[in-house]
Amino acid sequence: MIAKLTSSERQNALVLAVIVALAGAAMAILGRSDVLGVHGLIVMIFAGVVIYLIMASFYEPEPTEDREASYYDDPIKAGIVLAMVWAVFGMFMGVWVAAQLAWPDLAFDGAWSSFGRLRPTHTTGVIFGFGGNALIATSFHVVQRTSRARLAGQVSPWFVLLGFNLFCVLAVSGYLLGVTQSKEYAEAEWYADLWLVIVWVTYFILYIATIARRKEPHIYVANWYFMAFILVVAILHIVNNLALPVSWGHAKSYTIWPGVQDAMVQWWYGHNAVAFFLTAGFLGMLYYYLPVRAQRPIFSYRLSILSFWGITFFYMWAGSHHLHYTALPHWVQTLGMTFSVMLLVPSWASAGNALLTLNGAWHRVRDDATLRFMMAAAVFYGLSTFEGSFMAIRPVNALSHYTDWTVGHVHAGALGWVALITFGSLYTLVPVLWKRERMYSAALIEVHFWLAIAGTLIYVFAMWNSGIIQGLMWRTYTEEGALAYSFVDSLVAMYPYYIARAFGGLLFLIGAVVACYNIWMTVRAVPAAAPRATDIPATTVAVPGE
Amino acid sequence: MSDTVHRKLERSAIGFVIAIIAAASVGGIVEIAPLFTIDETVEQAPDMRVYTPLELAGRNIYVREGCYACHSQMIRTLRDEVERYGPFSLAVESQYDRPMLWGSKRTGPDLARIGGKYSDFWHVAHLNNPRDVVPESNMPAYAWLARTPLKTDDLSDHLAAQRALGVPYTDEMIENAARDAYGQATPDTDYAAGVTERYGEATQVSAFDGVTTKVTEMDALVAYLQVLGRLTDAAYRETAAAEEAPASQE
Repeated sequence: MIAKLTSSERQNALVLAVIVALAGAAMAILGRSDVLGVHGLIVMIFAGVVIYLIMASFYEPEPTEDREASYYDDPIKAGIVLAMVWAVFGMFMGVWVAAQLAWPDLAFDGAWSSFGRLRPTHTTGVIFGFGGNALIATSFHVVQRTSRARLAGQVSPWFVLLGFNLFCVLAVSGYLLGVTQSKEYAEAEWYADLWLVIVWVTYFILYIATIARRKEPHIYVANWYFMAFILVVAILHIVNNLALPVSWGHAKSYTIWPGVQDAMVQWWYGHNAVAFFLTAGFLGMLYYYLPVRAQRPIFSYRLSILSFWGITFFYMWAGSHHLHYTALPHWVQTLGMTFSVMLLVPSWASAGNALLTLNGAWHRVRDDATLRFMMAAAVFYGLSTFEGSFMAIRPVNALSHYTDWTVGHVHAGALGWVALITFGSLYTLVPVLWKRERMYSAALIEVHFWLAIAGTLIYVFAMWNSGIIQGLMWRTYTEEGALAYSFVDSLVAMYPYYIARAFGGLLFLIGAVVACYNIWMTVRAVPAAAPRATDIPATTVAVPGE
Repeated sequence: MSDTVHRKLERSAIGFVIAIIAAASVGGIVEIAPLFTIDETVEQAPDMRVYTPLELAGRNIYVREGCYACHSQMIRTLRDEVERYGPFSLAVESQYDRPMLWGSKRTGPDLARIGGKYSDFWHVAHLNNPRDVVPESNMPAYAWLARTPLKTDDLSDHLAAQRALGVPYTDEMIENAARDAYGQATPDTDYAAGVTERYGEATQVSAFDGVTTKVTEMDALVAYLQVLGRLTDAAYRETAAAEEAPASQE
C-alpha cells in the first residue's frame, strides 16, 4: 500500500492515522456511557489497522522511479475490491430484508436484526459502499486518463478512499446498534457526517487539483459529471445534516430543521442524492467506459452539453414531488412536478446519446457481454427516468406514493442502471488496471449478465404488480360508498410479490458473487498483457469523444 | 447555447465549478427559503403542547428502530385516506418534530392518528408479537422492548437540546425530565401529578406496559404511539374538504 510513498509521505500518513486514532479515543472516553463509545472503539480499531499497515513497511526502500511518469493506480485497485465487498454485503442485506417482509420470523427476535435496523444497512451498503467506492475508484481512473496527468496527491487518494470506508463502517454498524437520524439515505449521525465532510472536501480538492494539471486543453465530459457529483453531494450532505448533538458524549442529535421544512430539505436531499450520487457520478462512468469499450466516439457533443446542464439545473427543483398531497404548500409541490416532467428531456438526451454512440458497434453489443451491460444500463436509465417523470405527476403519484411501485422504480434505476453500468465499467477496467490480457472468463460475464437482467426484471415486475394492486385496493369503494378493503386485506395480497421480489434480488446477488470470483481469478490466473505503451501520463492517448 | 462559449468554459476548472454551483443552487433556494418566511406555510395552533419526556423518549425509540421505513405519519388530502385514517395532516402538527417522520412507504398503515385508537394493552400485545393480534401481519416482534429499562438520566439533555432549537420547553420541564418520564408511567404517585401539572390535564398517565415497578422502553414507545395526532386538535377544526382520488371518480 505505501511502497510508492516517500519516507516523508509515509510519516504524513502515519500522523493522519494517529490523529484519527486519537479522535476515536476521545469519542470512546466522552461517549463511555453511550453507543458513541462503541463507535470510538471502532474508529480506534480502524485507525489501528491502518497504522499497522503503514508501520509494516515503513522502512522499506523508497521508490526510485519517476512517479510522474506513471498513473497512480493502487488506490483504484483497492477501491474496486472494496466496492465488490460492499456489493455482496449490501445486496445480501437487501435479500435478507426482502425475505423478512415475507417471513417476519427471519429477524430471529434480535434487536439488531429487525427490518427497521437492517433496511438502512442495505441502502447504505449498496449506495455508499458499493456505489461510492466504485465512483471513487472510477473517477480516479477517468480523471487521470482524460487529463493525461497523475493524481495530484500521494497520500490524499488513500485518505479519501479509506476515510470514506470508515464513514460507511460507522454508518452501517451504527444502524445495527440503533444509531440513526432516520433521514432516509442520510441516516448516519453527526460525528460520522462531520468526518464525511472532511473526507469529501479532500476528495474535491484532489480532483480539482488533478484536473488543473491536465495536459489536455479541455475538460472531458465524464469529468463534468464527476465534478457535479462531488460538489453537489457536498452541498446536499452539509445542508441536510445540520444538527445539534444532545451532548458531546451522545451519538444522538436533533436536526435543526423542524417538521415541514425538514420534509422539504430531506427530499431535496433525497431526490438529489439520486440525481448527483446515483445519476451524475454514474453518467461520468458511462461517458468514459462506454465509448472506450465500444471503440466509438460519443455520438453528440451538443447533446452532452444539453443533458449535463439540464440535469444539473432541473434536478434540484424536483425533490418536492416526494411530498404531493402532503402538508407541504401546494406551490412547492407544483414546482417539483413541473421540473420533474421537464427532467425527461436531459435524461433522455443522455440515454439517447449513449445508445446512438453504439451505432456501428451493435455487433460488439451482441458478442461482448461487458458492452451489453452498459447498453442495458442506458436502456434502464431511459426507462426509469421516464417512469420517474411519470410518477412525479400529481394524480399518478396519488396512486403510486407509499406503495411498492416506488420501491420498484428505485430498483429499476439502482439495479438496472447503476449496478449494470458499474459492472460493465469494472469488467472494462479490471484487466487494464491489473495489466491482464482480458477478464478470466467471458462466459462468466455472460452468466452474470443474464442473472442480473433476470433478477432486475423479476424484481421490478413484482413491485409494479404489488404497488399498483396496493394503491388500487386502498382507494376502492363499495357500491354503498364505503372503503372496500381493510389495510390488512392489501397486505395479504402482497405476500406472493414479496416472495418473488426476494427471489429476483437473490439472482442479482448471485450475479455479484460470480463477478467477484471472475475479478479474483483475473488478478490471480490471467497472464499479464504486453505493456501498453499508451497507458502513461502526457502521451497521445486517444481520448474518446474529443 | 453556442458551442464556442461552452468550449471556453471547458478550459477552466474553476469556471466550471462556479457554473455548477450556480446552476445547482437555484432550485433549492427558491423552494426552501420561502418556507421560513411565508406565514401560511405552518398553521397556528396555540393549544398545541410539546412531547412529554416519556413520549420524546418513545419517539427516539421509534426513530432508532426505523419504524418510519414502513409506517408513514402523513395523511394526504385524498378522500380515501381521510376516511381510512382521519383528517388530513397539517404542517403545524409536526412543528416540534425533529426529524419529521412523514415517511415514504406504507408496508404497514399510517400512524399519524393512531393515538387513542387502540388500548395500551393492545399495543403491548401487538409489539410483543404482532401476529398474536393481527395474524396476517409481517411486522417484526419487539418483545425485548418490555425487557429493556428506559434510560432516563439524560432526558434533561434531550429537552435542553430541543429547546436550543426552538421547542418551547420550560426550565421546570427540563429540570424534571427524568422524574416526569417515571411519573407518566406510574399513575397514583407523586411523580405522576407533576406530569399533568406541566404538560396539561389531557396528558395520558398510565402503566403503559402494565408494570409499574420499572419504566421500560415499551412504556415509552406506547406513550408515544398514544399521543400521535393528539398534541393539537387543529386538524379537526375548519379544514378544507378532502380531494377525490383523481383516477377513481365513481
